[in-house]
Amino acid sequence: MAEAPVWIRGARIVDPVAGRDEVTDLRLAAGRVAAVGPDVGEPGDAQVEADGLVAAPGFLDMHVHLREPGQEYKETVATGAAAAVAGGFTAVACMPNTDPVNDRPSITAHILQLARAAGLARVFPIAATTRGMRGERISEFGALKRAGAVAVSDDGLPVADPAVMRKALDYARLFDLPVIEHCETLELTGEGVMREGGLATEIGLPGIPAASEYIAVERNIALAELTGSRLHIAHLSTRQSAAAVRRAKAAGLRVTAEVTPHHLVLTETAVGDCDPAAKMKPPLAANADRTALVEAIRDGTVEAIATDHAPHHEDEKRLAFQSAPFGIVGLETAVPLVLDRLVRPGAISLRRAVELLAVGPRGILGVPGGSLTPGSPADLVLLDLDAAVTVRPAAFRSQGRNTPFGGWELRGGVASTWVGGRRVFTR
Amino acid sequence: MRHLLGIRGLGREEALGILDEAPRFRDVAEQPVPRVPILVGRTVTLLFLEPSTRTQASFQLAARRLSAETLSFSPKSSSLQKGETFLDTARTLTALAPDILVVRSPEAGAPAALARELSDASIVNAGDGAAEHPTQALLDAFTIRERRGALDRLRIAIIGDLLHSRVFRSGARLLSMLGAEVRCSGPPTLMPPGLERLGATPFLRVEDALDGADAVMVLRIQHERMHASFIPSEREYFEEFALTERRLARTNGAIVLHPGPLNRGVEISSEVADGSASVILEQVRNGVAVRMAVLAEIARGRFPRKTRG
Repeated sequence: MAEAPVWIRGARIVDPVAGRDEVTDLRLAAGRVAAVGPDVGEPGDAQVEADGLVAAPGFLDMHVHLREPGQEYKETVATGAAAAVAGGFTAVACMPNTDPVNDRPSITAHILQLARAAGLARVFPIAATTRGMRGERISEFGALKRAGAVAVSDDGLPVADPAVMRKALDYARLFDLPVIEHCETLELTGEGVMREGGLATEIGLPGIPAASEYIAVERNIALAELTGSRLHIAHLSTRQSAAAVRRAKAAGLRVTAEVTPHHLVLTETAVGDCDPAAKMKPPLAANADRTALVEAIRDGTVEAIATDHAPHHEDEKRLAFQSAPFGIVGLETAVPLVLDRLVRPGAISLRRAVELLAVGPRGILGVPGGSLTPGSPADLVLLDLDAAVTVRPAAFRSQGRNTPFGGWELRGGVASTWVGGRRVFTR
Repeated sequence: MRHLLGIRGLGREEALGILDEAPRFRDVAEQPVPRVPILVGRTVTLLFLEPSTRTQASFQLAARRLSAETLSFSPKSSSLQKGETFLDTARTLTALAPDILVVRSPEAGAPAALARELSDASIVNAGDGAAEHPTQALLDAFTIRERRGALDRLRIAIIGDLLHSRVFRSGARLLSMLGAEVRCSGPPTLMPPGLERLGATPFLRVEDALDGADAVMVLRIQHERMHASFIPSEREYFEEFALTERRLARTNGAIVLHPGPLNRGVEISSEVADGSASVILEQVRNGVAVRMAVLAEIARGRFPRKTRG
């Protein structure tokens, strides 16, 4: 059903692709941006007063876990999509670690069907790099792409064998698919559950050395150089890794990277008294790492902020730290964290935040949107930079409540979210 | 004191209070009927999620000498084998008897998690992962102080597997808090970064850590560390890191402590373990007294009257 045209009045439009940052009007019609400029509305349009709000192209979280099929007790495509739009994300890319693994076109198609039925955020499936994510044989990239996959990744089971990784990179070139890699050397991680260092020693929890990530980052960059293919590094977390990506870019390699809001905001001290809400991979690091990551999003070393939204059931996270699963939810906290902790103190500009949340991820995945120029999909978010936001996990749309940010008071949040010209969330 | 979760979080005065009370409880063992009525009508529940004969026996004896009833649960007999979470097991146990729950867990932070979740029980940490073993630290401090005098004038060496040792973490914290100079050493593969944060000065060579020490705490090396390649062999461990007569000669006539059970010929030579410097069996006796002092201290705060209203 076609939506009635909408006339959004008086918003500050921040559209980095169009080079626009001005207060003006926006008209949405037939699922697209119809016009931008003063008084572009027409009689009969539904009018939306947006005085004091920022209009930005809808955000895309390129690293989420929707858990369906197989782990619906943690999250479903529908609840994940609801969490996405509540967090200002008009689109998400979902990891293939479902059960069964998304390593065949029928699963990809199934996820897309669930997303259409939910009718909220756009969902872009990421298919497994190797069959069953076992790291042995590469999956059918061609068929998966035709079914709708936008990238390949073995997610939390990094491809250990460099020869397999090389084949994946080589083969992906034919389909122009980025290979997304969670860079971790599992042998070095061992039983580790938090960042190795003085704090882990003090608490007595097994540590994960920074080199666990960095070695894998360097290996994969070397393979990206060997193959000339597109490599995307998931959730960069250490200063060494950030420096490696910076060097790769300077050398002209096709290497991109993302950072999570929690690695930009928190340090290992959040583990506190063994709080499982602060247990994730890669683990939170030192403040020197955090500031290096902030510098990396500022200077363009990193082009995307992605949450690694990883919902778990409350019962799982109520275990003691070592046996609780890794991962936290992120869809409904990312935007307030970015606005309050990065934009407000001036670490990055609002324009850069929009680039990292809306433009960069779409460039990496090659999906449309990321701008509000006429003809673009009418996917946008209205932000209220002054809204007082208290993080209330009990009120999350996501089934996952596992967050270290519960009770945080932040300034800046989502006023409404629009997908295809239709309002899908209002605060 | 509501719980004893670790030395972290225990005040200096609280720690000294327990050490000062312990001799009184050791005297109880000498009485014809070795019991005092401090925990009459109370139940001390022992939840041991990891095998431990001696700590469990020590707590059991301590509880009984305070006239408590005791309930023991360990993995083989508990429903944890049936997939119940440890939290539910602990809930069930405290529903039966909400007084004092003594917990041993392979996981760091498990006692603290129980203290957050169970509102009725007092939790005593009997060892959690590599994190803390506070009653062991208290009994070691008590033993050292009794033999060598005020801790603030002593140099204490802790040698062995520092990475995986809760005895080390609690011991270094407590001894440094009480003013001792704590030195530590072990195989470099088992010395994590940041040991200074526990109040200990790390030394690459065991010999240097032992120089002039008044007491040496030898840590137990677990056989599985060999398989994980932290050390090449037991023979090599003995050659390079064990406490032998030759190494003991570098100390200031130190007493020798070991939390048990001993690996003779691996981390300690039999000559040292059975020699005049060894206070290992004294530690065992003191352990019961110190644990009685801990349970009594909790009872003092929680059960001011001897009978429930």
